[in-house]
Amino acid sequence: MIPPEFDYHAAGSVDEAIGLLTGNPGEAKVLAGGQSLIPLMKLRLASPKVLVDISRIADLSYIQEKGDWLVIGAATKVNDLNDSKLVGSSYPLLADAAAHIADPLVRNMGTVGGNVCHGDPGNDLPACMVALGAQYVVRGPKGNRTVPASDFYQDTFVTALDPSEILTEVQIPKAQPGTGGAYLKMERKVGDFAIAAVAVQLSVDAKGTVTRAGIALTNVGPTVLNAPKAAASLLKKKPSDADLLAAGKLAAEAAQPTSDLRGPADFKRGVVQTLTQRAATLAWSRAGGQR
Amino acid sequence: MASTAIPRLTSPLPIKGAARRIHVTINEVDFDMAVEDRTLLVHFLRDVLGLTGTHIGCDTTHCGACTVLLDGKPVKSCTVLAVQVDGRKIRTVEGLETGGKLHPVQDGFAAEHGLQCGFCTPGMMMTAVALLAKNPNPSEDEIRRAISGNLCRCTGYMNIVKAIQHAAKTQGGKS
Repeated sequence: MIPPEFDYHAAGSVDEAIGLLTGNPGEAKVLAGGQSLIPLMKLRLASPKVLVDISRIADLSYIQEKGDWLVIGAATKVNDLNDSKLVGSSYPLLADAAAHIADPLVRNMGTVGGNVCHGDPGNDLPACMVALGAQYVVRGPKGNRTVPASDFYQDTFVTALDPSEILTEVQIPKAQPGTGGAYLKMERKVGDFAIAAVAVQLSVDAKGTVTRAGIALTNVGPTVLNAPKAAASLLKKKPSDADLLAAGKLAAEAAQPTSDLRGPADFKRGVVQTLTQRAATLAWSRAGGQR
Repeated sequence: MASTAIPRLTSPLPIKGAARRIHVTINEVDFDMAVEDRTLLVHFLRDVLGLTGTHIGCDTTHCGACTVLLDGKPVKSCTVLAVQVDGRKIRTVEGLETGGKLHPVQDGFAAEHGLQCGFCTPGMMMTAVALLAKNPNPSEDEIRRAISGNLCRCTGYMNIVKAIQHAAKTQGGKS
């Protein structure tokens, strides 16, 4: 399969890329790693007239702690998350997810920015970002603005990103002592989208009592789903097995799965419940909670 | 690595739409050629340069038969545009043999019977080469994770794992 015809531009800077998007309204798409966009173009599910390649913009690829944030450049390859010692030692939720996105070959091309702003409910990083309380820096013709991840996702392939804007940076609250997370994904095989996946991020105090909780769900709705009731149910608790089961049930209620080749809807709700229990247990112990 | 002789097709793909010149180094040989913007890397390698060792399997980013090394990292060339690799280095299965001598990974696949039909083998070997360059003594688990994006429908993977372990041993921890 060969994609439909288009004009390719390798942007040298973010501003040049925004100029190309603004100059071709409704017809241009940003190409980062291309691991979602090129398959869609080959299947004629997308036919942009203009592709703006941002992968050659040198200062869009980095992972570092800066002030109160872990900042990740939009063109950073997913495999750079796997290779990052900082992510491996301090951001277990991200490390879990990065090891299970697509397959190792796709992760060598696919980018963090592409994964978070593509808008497919099967992308893994959006749930992580919602659970972590991350925010996105978005640049357009009028300059920069910041959008919380929890406000970014509106519907399948519909996000808060305007067609003339580019997501330039992901900002994640810096890991503190007493924070931990986990991402658990059930998939039919490596490289497939999740049957369901759950991201949990917790903060605990010295006694192991939960002081902040974020829970979000992958591929069980039209877009990533926040599960605030499930998260709130863990607050001010040293979660017992009964508390974890209750949180799992609330997460399953928040899910909006449909029956498809990956299984019937009721089965997926059950998967969400179990993965939430397990991910919350793991996140709590990683945050320093002890029974 | 010595230069690899590259067979050229007499009539390269006709260019219809938007096109540009790209400069790309393939198996240590420099090319400066015009390609259509929408040409996929795998078609550029196979149909323009005649490097048919890189296979097209699923054509949907699942199987890994089209795996080549891009600046040393394995990628699926059916999901990369030729224009995206402008200025970069590609290594294909044709670039593994040097001076008539097989690469240790090729030796490993022969010695351990790491293939049956052979369709996945070029991609599987390129992934193995990249793994051993990064991690000269991988565990079985690390090998299985590394090749998890390359599908084989014949072997059940047992002998592929053994072939990569064989290569790791004969390379003696060197890439």
